[in-house]
Amino acid sequence: MANSGVDKSRRRFLIAATSVVGGAGTVALATPFLTSMSPSARALAAGAPVEYGLGKVEAGQQVRVKWRGKPVWVVNRTPEMVKGLASLNDRLKDPDSNILTQQPEYAKNLYRSRKEQYLVLVGICTHLGCSPSYRPEVAPADLGADWIGGWYCPCHGSRFDLAGRVYKNVPAGSNLEVPPYYFKDDSTIVIGLNDAKEAV
Amino acid sequence: MADRPAHNYKGFLGWVEDRFPMMETWNYHLAQYYAPKNFNFWYFFGSLAILVLVIQIVSGLFLAFNYKPDAAYAFASVEYIMRDVPGGWFIRYMHSTGASAFFIVVYLHMYRALIYGSYKGKRELIWLIGMAIYVVLMATAFMGYLLPWGQMSYWGAQVIINLFNTVPYVGNELSTWIRGDFVLGDATLNRFFALHFFLPALILPALVFVHIVALHAVGSNNPDGVEIKQGPKGNMWSPTAPTDGIPFHPYYTVKDIVGVAVFLFFFFAIVFFSPEMGGYFIEKPNFEPANALKTPLHIAPVWYFTPFYTVLRAVPDPWYGTLAMFSAIIVLFLLPWLDQNPIKSWRYRTLAHKANLIIFALVFIVLGWMGVETVTPVYKELGTRMTEIYFLFFIVIWVHSRPATVNYLLWFGLLLGLVVGIDLWRYNGEVKDEAHQILVQFIWPLAYLAITLLLPAFVSKWNMEKPVPDRVTD
Repeated sequence: MANSGVDKSRRRFLIAATSVVGGAGTVALATPFLTSMSPSARALAAGAPVEYGLGKVEAGQQVRVKWRGKPVWVVNRTPEMVKGLASLNDRLKDPDSNILTQQPEYAKNLYRSRKEQYLVLVGICTHLGCSPSYRPEVAPADLGADWIGGWYCPCHGSRFDLAGRVYKNVPAGSNLEVPPYYFKDDSTIVIGLNDAKEAV
Repeated sequence: MADRPAHNYKGFLGWVEDRFPMMETWNYHLAQYYAPKNFNFWYFFGSLAILVLVIQIVSGLFLAFNYKPDAAYAFASVEYIMRDVPGGWFIRYMHSTGASAFFIVVYLHMYRALIYGSYKGKRELIWLIGMAIYVVLMATAFMGYLLPWGQMSYWGAQVIINLFNTVPYVGNELSTWIRGDFVLGDATLNRFFALHFFLPALILPALVFVHIVALHAVGSNNPDGVEIKQGPKGNMWSPTAPTDGIPFHPYYTVKDIVGVAVFLFFFFAIVFFSPEMGGYFIEKPNFEPANALKTPLHIAPVWYFTPFYTVLRAVPDPWYGTLAMFSAIIVLFLLPWLDQNPIKSWRYRTLAHKANLIIFALVFIVLGWMGVETVTPVYKELGTRMTEIYFLFFIVIWVHSRPATVNYLLWFGLLLGLVVGIDLWRYNGEVKDEAHQILVQFIWPLAYLAITLLLPAFVSKWNMEKPVPDRVTD
């Protein structure tokens, strides 16, 4: 008696139809929740370029500039520092900067910079995002006798030379990133733009 | 709907019982839940884990009254709690000590399951739910560690979130989505605070509830690994209950209270006398506000994550390192299906199996120690070797499932070959120091495999299983 009046095909149809519509509704409803976790309009707008006066950087010194919330290093390299770069090539993973995403076209050279003297790098390790320490000294006890200056990442031991090129046998896979930048005049650098035309 | 069982409660209790199964639930889970009578020291940690959860939820709630999840105010609001809020320092130190205590208790609780085979005999789901609790606990602890917005908070979170960056193709988008910004910042702190409240206050209690429901449906295991439900029936409380069972309340509630007293003795000793625990419970760089431009010179995660951190560092490739780290956790989920030996407790298993479990515990401790040290060639290789043994353990425990029929020599050769193969692949002849370390520290996996696979092959005492008694023994 209990089941005699049941129209099973209608029940099945209703279950299937509501499941399909409900499933589509769930996906549609999930979209705003998931996208709300992406960077907001305010976060997207916070990428303005930064100007920095090079007069403040002494020979051999590294300064940190904040651009898009990230540390950007500007290093005033001495001629001795620049001279050592070529001798390192066979100890590096990517000596010729062949991974194109890591630098703009004008920094794809031995010095990885527009001018030999000034190096500009995003100061974030390409391994897991720590900010490596500047170690310009030659042959310090903890880094070994063949160290001629560069960066050492305290988190996982990655090493980079004075052009931000990564050494072999370290966890980081690619060279430090060179941000877009240009020289507004001889003593001012603009980080975040490739040339003055982009500023307009 | 089936009729509910009749009851004899009178007065107010009877009135409630007619409307809500209060005493029915009490009896089912406590007063008439018959647990094996031979629980030992290892059985304190389940109830202690619940105690710590309560400490964390209550202290966390009161911290949230004064904490501000805003990158501009977070660090100062924690200092405000420490200095200006009456009793604030006490609540915060309970919370920070509670986080470490939680992991100590949970690690011991999990090791208990390992040595007594508590994931066997229809208890696989209890283990899986428990592992889910462990994973949620790790996520909660990780997000909580960002909230003080100190240097270690910031750079620890930076490293962990960047692990998702290593995922091929979608990594960058994934980590940006998790952070809610292109850099770790206010958006990240805000959502981590919300999740740090939501996960432990709602998800953890729900998981603990199903963990216990599953446990009480199957029944507790015990140090002998004997099923008391398959033994004789009838005891002084009930003619149908297992003879070797005693009611959880009052017997084990009273026993657990002793455990609680001893635990709180140590807990508050740390809270009052050494809340930072020499930089292991609260790391020293975290007393400096987060600075996005400068990484502290030596960074390490909090101690309870360091074993997995060492696994991450042992693999040179970032993506494979991340995979190895997550595999180290995922492989634990598979334990009930890897250990197929019908004998539950290590009391009746082979000496080789016992050695395997003890070495695993030691390896886990050494992995944790390596995770707080800076990378030197010796430590790097030691971490790599311990990582190898960590993963070999799960193969060896599978080999030990059938001690009577297994070909130990074959497995010894296979696994040693695997280690040598990895060594040849790792060796590139360029760095002398590293090659030397690979050679010297080959002793660790060799000794491990010799103890767990060669000894039982040649010394019969090491491959002898003892007969499991019909009843629990003490």
